[in-house]
Amino acid sequence: MNATNHRWRNWKNASMQALACGCALLVIAPLGLVFYHLIKSGVGAVNWDFFTKLPKPVGELGGGMANAIVGTFVLLGNASLIGVPVGVLGGVYLSEYGSSKLNWWIRLGADVLNGVPSIIWGMVVYALVVLPMEGFSAWAGGIVLGLIMIPLIMRTTEEVLQLVPNGYREAALALGIAQWRTIVQIVVRTALKGIATGVLLALARVAGETAPLLFTAFGNRFWNHSLSDPIAVLPLQIFSYAISPYEDWHRQAWAGALVLLVLITVINFSVRVLTRDRFPSNKS
Amino acid sequence: MTTPATSAVPKAAASAPSLLVRHLGDRVFKWLTLLMALSVFALIALIGIELWRGSHLALEKFGWRFLTGSEWDPVNGRFGAVPFIFGTLVSSAIALLIAVPLSIASAVFLTELAPQWLRQPLTLFIELLAAVPSVILGLWGIFVMVPWLRQYLFPWLRGAFGFLPLFKGPIYGVSMLAGGIIIAIMIVPIITSVSREILRAVPGLQREAAYALGATRWEVTRIAVLSYAKKGLFGAVILGLGRALGETMAVTMVIGNRPEVAASLFAPGYTLASVIANEFTEATTDIYLNALFEVGLVLLGVTIVVNAAAQMLLKTFGGPGVRPQH
Repeated sequence: MNATNHRWRNWKNASMQALACGCALLVIAPLGLVFYHLIKSGVGAVNWDFFTKLPKPVGELGGGMANAIVGTFVLLGNASLIGVPVGVLGGVYLSEYGSSKLNWWIRLGADVLNGVPSIIWGMVVYALVVLPMEGFSAWAGGIVLGLIMIPLIMRTTEEVLQLVPNGYREAALALGIAQWRTIVQIVVRTALKGIATGVLLALARVAGETAPLLFTAFGNRFWNHSLSDPIAVLPLQIFSYAISPYEDWHRQAWAGALVLLVLITVINFSVRVLTRDRFPSNKS
Repeated sequence: MTTPATSAVPKAAASAPSLLVRHLGDRVFKWLTLLMALSVFALIALIGIELWRGSHLALEKFGWRFLTGSEWDPVNGRFGAVPFIFGTLVSSAIALLIAVPLSIASAVFLTELAPQWLRQPLTLFIELLAAVPSVILGLWGIFVMVPWLRQYLFPWLRGAFGFLPLFKGPIYGVSMLAGGIIIAIMIVPIITSVSREILRAVPGLQREAAYALGATRWEVTRIAVLSYAKKGLFGAVILGLGRALGETMAVTMVIGNRPEVAASLFAPGYTLASVIANEFTEATTDIYLNALFEVGLVLLGVTIVVNAAAQMLLKTFGGPGVRPQH
């Protein structure tokens, strides 16, 4: 009786471990498949024209996404103008000032904001910017991405500032340096690399956002000459090409997706390499 | 002394004007940062107010009937959100059914079973999957996943379980089930990495105690680890649900976008988020646009409640170390 019970437990142990291993494999399988298909269908379509030419009119083969690639960077620049100052300063408050009770609420608020579906942000900015300006614009697209970045940057900034040893603050204050200068010149400066990491991660996250840009940046088949005009962005271009009926556009959608994913992955990886030994406890 | 920092400095050491300047500087800087931190609440309020303002026409005209009407007819100005609420709930439920066991099992594999050298690369891989933009998964869904489902999985499901109403009817490929599967792929990395953090926070003593009683590895995992971390894992799942409800692009691309309530999972569906994505720029009448804003309001209400619940659970369990991945 005892022996069979033992064997049963061992068998159960082994099968459960095998099951967990199988589940892990099943989880990474889609990523492998997505990468495989992106490379298979995308690499052939990525060529010099893709980076330098405008989209061709319907029916003509060829053309590229130069305007969308530039547009993506323009919007990311715009977004940083809003997201970085607000996010970093808010993170400074959470880490350096603030009672623990208030901080708890602010953190909860930031985490809830992180969970707001991005399409809702798009509607809010539509009502706030697009309607008063009477048109879709690069401004609106930049603003929506910037707002999405705020809670992300706030939380990472707080985390890295907490890693700065308290001795630094005390030493600076003991020298008679004002607290705000201590924070700006000692604490923030020490953690600058970590803050930059947080900003880059936030940029990588919003670079792939599509839904909120549908009715803010809107997309454009030509170069954008003014920030108050609609602007082309990679994710939007991928979306409109993917749901189009044209074979050549599908090919370009794959190419665009490959370029976008490479961009995002490069940012993510460089961030990891940069901070590997500096913040071992942070997101190992 | 409540403010050891500034008051500890001997006042005589600094001359009067510079003292004034530094106090002013301190105060201005503190208020500035406070303002930025409080912007979080301002943004939440802003979202609520703008959505409410945008939908007031529809709110006045339809009232609560909006939530119970099942007709979506922009041409005749009749709007009811039931098909979208149904689609969002069903696709998220499918996604959770698939994603929860897979993610928790993978988290267990990552923290308890996998050899050390494998853990780091596997974790990295899963975080990479979390970084894949929705639109790229949607592209893959349209051209790879949906044809495969249409050709292999769906016919097989119909053959094996065709007696259930869930798996009856014509197969188009784009369907509620395809939407659920793509959402599952999107939320698996989030649930896995949050669960992994939670399992890692389980004290080693818990495990050692169970081993000392002669438990096998699986028994240790079940008794000492999983049941200890139950609450936190629940939080991770709810967090995944919050993400699933708001998922937009990938779902829009594979769910079929038909505002109907159908029993079959092979039938096309529609979600709250995807109706906004598809029809917002096409809304020609005021009442149409207002109805879409009201759909947004419903979506916002649901996701805020779900996310706040998830954060409460995670915060009470995990302390500051556990936070949602993005």
